[in-house]
Amino acid sequence: MIRVEHITKKFRKLLALKDINAQLEKGQVISLIGPNGSGKTTLIKAILGMVKPDSGKIFFDNALINGDPSYRSQIGYMPQIGRYPDNMKVGQLFTMLRNIRNVPEDKIDKELIEKFDLKKIFDKSMRTLSGGTRQKVSAALAFLFDAEVLILDEPTAGLDPLSSEILKEKILKEKAKNKLILITSHILSDLDELTTHIMYLQEGKLEFFIEIGQLREETGELKLGKAIARIMKGEKFNSEWIGKMFLVKDEKKFID
Amino acid sequence: MIMLKLSKYVLYDIVRSKVVLAYTAFLFLVSFSLFNMEENSSKAILSLLNIILIVVPLISMIFTTIHYYNSYEFIELMLSQPMSRRKILLSEYGGVSLSLLTGFLIGVGIPVLLYSPDSVGFSLLFTGVSLTLVFTSMAFLTSVKARDKARGIGFALLLWFYFALIYDGLILLILFNFSDYPLEKITLVLSALNPIDLGRISIMLKMDVSALMGYTGALYKDFFGSGAGTLFTVGIMLLWIIVPLWWAMRVFKKKDL
Repeated sequence: MIRVEHITKKFRKLLALKDINAQLEKGQVISLIGPNGSGKTTLIKAILGMVKPDSGKIFFDNALINGDPSYRSQIGYMPQIGRYPDNMKVGQLFTMLRNIRNVPEDKIDKELIEKFDLKKIFDKSMRTLSGGTRQKVSAALAFLFDAEVLILDEPTAGLDPLSSEILKEKILKEKAKNKLILITSHILSDLDELTTHIMYLQEGKLEFFIEIGQLREETGELKLGKAIARIMKGEKFNSEWIGKMFLVKDEKKFID
Repeated sequence: MIMLKLSKYVLYDIVRSKVVLAYTAFLFLVSFSLFNMEENSSKAILSLLNIILIVVPLISMIFTTIHYYNSYEFIELMLSQPMSRRKILLSEYGGVSLSLLTGFLIGVGIPVLLYSPDSVGFSLLFTGVSLTLVFTSMAFLTSVKARDKARGIGFALLLWFYFALIYDGLILLILFNFSDYPLEKITLVLSALNPIDLGRISIMLKMDVSALMGYTGALYKDFFGSGAGTLFTVGIMLLWIIVPLWWAMRVFKKKDL
């Protein structure tokens, strides 16, 4: 569905993406993981056409993305930091995007609006919302159009446990509809039950893109975090990062 | 259609921020008090002209720049939708310029229509409208080019400083140093290179004050008073609007957001 060929991107001196190749298909839930600054968001933005790669091509449904924005009508995107016009009301934001997309009423997916109870803040202006509430709005917007491809950049960061569960359930539901879902997250335990594929980026290089069953088999670990740590130790990757990941996970268990 | 829809939301966002309302009120107060203070309406127009030539470009540039940086996330959101970059930038331009124009036309337009509804009044409005569009367009160019807000506002101020103050100084310097040569045609060209000067000259020549400018004034009056002169003024103003906007578009299309 999405094919990435030899994408390279430099920001001044920093090489953000080094010759990335990947083929993403329907029905896959891909976890895009890697340390901070490894190029995850840059890759997502390249797919969305927000960042223009220096070289390489990106195809969507076998058509090169180059200028024509219509392919984005098949993508629901949830940004890492959702900031919206300060003076706009929540309800207006939804009507505006529906106006732009022009999707018929029966294709509108209001499940998250209802589950997050966003109707009651529809007449609040965006400025007054807390970070978590903004995140809920971003999530509801990403799922609103029942798009074939979902791109979620750190979807659960900043959400309370209850909302985080609601969002995870929703992702599972969409996964059952045979959609292509691309998620970045630092919380590996969140990804455990969702993921079908792991894409690991480090310093702009795609270190591996592997099916989760295969990953478990090769490492003999059932938990995603441990499996990745195994691979990384075996191949002498920078495992410091993954160590921190465990810390976060253990802390979470403690709270639970 | 989509562009109009988007402009509507940009406009709505701007109106709610109340800066444009303050701008309108300011222009309205200044215009009204000038017309009431001066008994001779053409004197009032002259004072008003001097204020407009300074204030309109300044506010247009600063407001547009700040608005652009404040709507950065909004632009990002739009980019993740099936919207082309051209449409996004044009609807931003449409929204910003429409709100500034409305402010100007209410603040200055109504008093002018009440006190001086003649050709001088109308060319004053024309100048104000053109300058709003020109400097909004230039501000889009500097904001798209500059990396952050501080640089963007800095650039905008520098450009305003250049067009409103430095440029005239340079022209005076040239005229002074080369006063032995016939410079009428050259000054005509030089005035076209600064939209503020162009606006000033085209109004001054509709007033009696041109008689004070001697031979050059007479030559100017011949030119700007004619149909070709009007066409020239409108054409150059249009270029000043279109070229920076087109350039901004080119940069914006290649920009990483």
